[in-house]
Amino acid sequence: MKLTQGTFSFLPDLTDEQIRAQIEYCLKNDWAVSVEYTDDPHPRNTYWEMFGQPLFDLKDAAGVFAEVQNCRKTFPNHYIKVNAFDASYGWETVRLSFIVSRPASEPGFALEREEGKGRNVRYRLRSYAGVKPSGERY
Amino acid sequence: MSDGTVNLAAVFEESQIQEVLDQLDRELVGLKPVKTRIREIAALLLVDRLRRSLDLAAGAPPLHMCFTGNPGTGKTTVAMRMAEILHRLGYVRKGHLVAVTRDDLVGQYIGHTAPKTREVLKKAMGGVLFIDEAYYLYRPENERDYGQESIEILLQVMENNRDDLVVILAGYKDRMDRFFQSNPGMSSRIAHHIDFPDYAPDELFAIAELMLSQLQYRFSPAAERAFHEYIERRMQLPHFANARSIRNALDRARLRQANRLFQRRDAALTRDDLVAIDEPDVRASRVFSGGLDAQRADAGTEGSDPAGVSPAAQAPRPDADPAGVTRNESRKVTN
Repeated sequence: MKLTQGTFSFLPDLTDEQIRAQIEYCLKNDWAVSVEYTDDPHPRNTYWEMFGQPLFDLKDAAGVFAEVQNCRKTFPNHYIKVNAFDASYGWETVRLSFIVSRPASEPGFALEREEGKGRNVRYRLRSYAGVKPSGERY
Repeated sequence: MSDGTVNLAAVFEESQIQEVLDQLDRELVGLKPVKTRIREIAALLLVDRLRRSLDLAAGAPPLHMCFTGNPGTGKTTVAMRMAEILHRLGYVRKGHLVAVTRDDLVGQYIGHTAPKTREVLKKAMGGVLFIDEAYYLYRPENERDYGQESIEILLQVMENNRDDLVVILAGYKDRMDRFFQSNPGMSSRIAHHIDFPDYAPDELFAIAELMLSQLQYRFSPAAERAFHEYIERRMQLPHFANARSIRNALDRARLRQANRLFQRRDAALTRDDLVAIDEPDVRASRVFSGGLDAQRADAGTEGSDPAGVSPAAQAPRPDADPAGVTRNESRKVTN
């Protein structure tokens, strides 16, 4: 199951060239770009690990993209995303966030139903990969 | 280009390189070897672009450079220009200049240097990284110095990310040579070693006039003569720093001019008064009095000069250190 999250979730995976172009767009808008990775991509897990430091004051996408490549090399079987933070007044939030790398196989999630009082149903998402300890998941 | 011919003149026109080169000629006095090299690089990049348009092999040549020369010969100024020129030629994508020294690259404890150097390199990508006084990166007397680590990362990026950034090292000639001797890898990765010559007196005067016109001042004819003389004398003194010395001299002349105008503040001032640097403003410099002191010993050949020298400037000054004297002088002027 292909996991989708973030800005371009409705599109097929971006090519490297498209990723560079997106980063270029972020830098043109003076957004601070950062790279994050995780092996626990539950939709409610908003806390991914940051790879290196956030990249301030860059002028060219090459610097960020080098960091992305570096992260791919270090975590070949993790999910990796690029975030662009807009620090300008009134926004002060992430403006763009998209997945740039994913593990080779994605087992996906199980939907579990739990019957409660009065035939009340509670739903739960369980990641197949998430059962294993961190580092052995994908 | 389907017929296999290309028009070099048209491409040249289109790139607007001439404009940049003209500006370089206008704003930078002298520096023959530097300008020649910039022309050569510009030509190479243009021809490269043409070759690419005909699907010929056109590997972007590595353009890392090393600027050597005495203080005040224009190394930083040219580096700034270089970023713009390379941007116009399409060699670097953004054309910004990141100027750093040892402190920005080398960390203070183990594991600090690599991220610091990488961060600077990332900032410089798409532009030019200018490392001033690069020889300080390598400190042979301390084998645990982290500078070496920084050099290794630099080398790696200079080799692997040639398309992303241009590195320019700058520093004094002799120290740079020693730096390259102990880091042969660095030397061989730098394609262009450009030596900045010292300026001739005429060039220094042209620089002075250029600086003044940028500040909207000008010399009076008498001051012009005096300043020619000033240059000759200043060049003999220690710690002469080419254009930088000239700039400092002009700054002090402006100070004296302001003071002179202030002393007769009751009189009405014309626009001309405000713009003109006059002879006394130049002659009051300690270079003239210092020179006199020195020559008094060998029979005072310069006896015709002191007409314009202010009384204060004639005060005995045993101190030969220009920095110290300059301080005295400015204090005197502001009093």
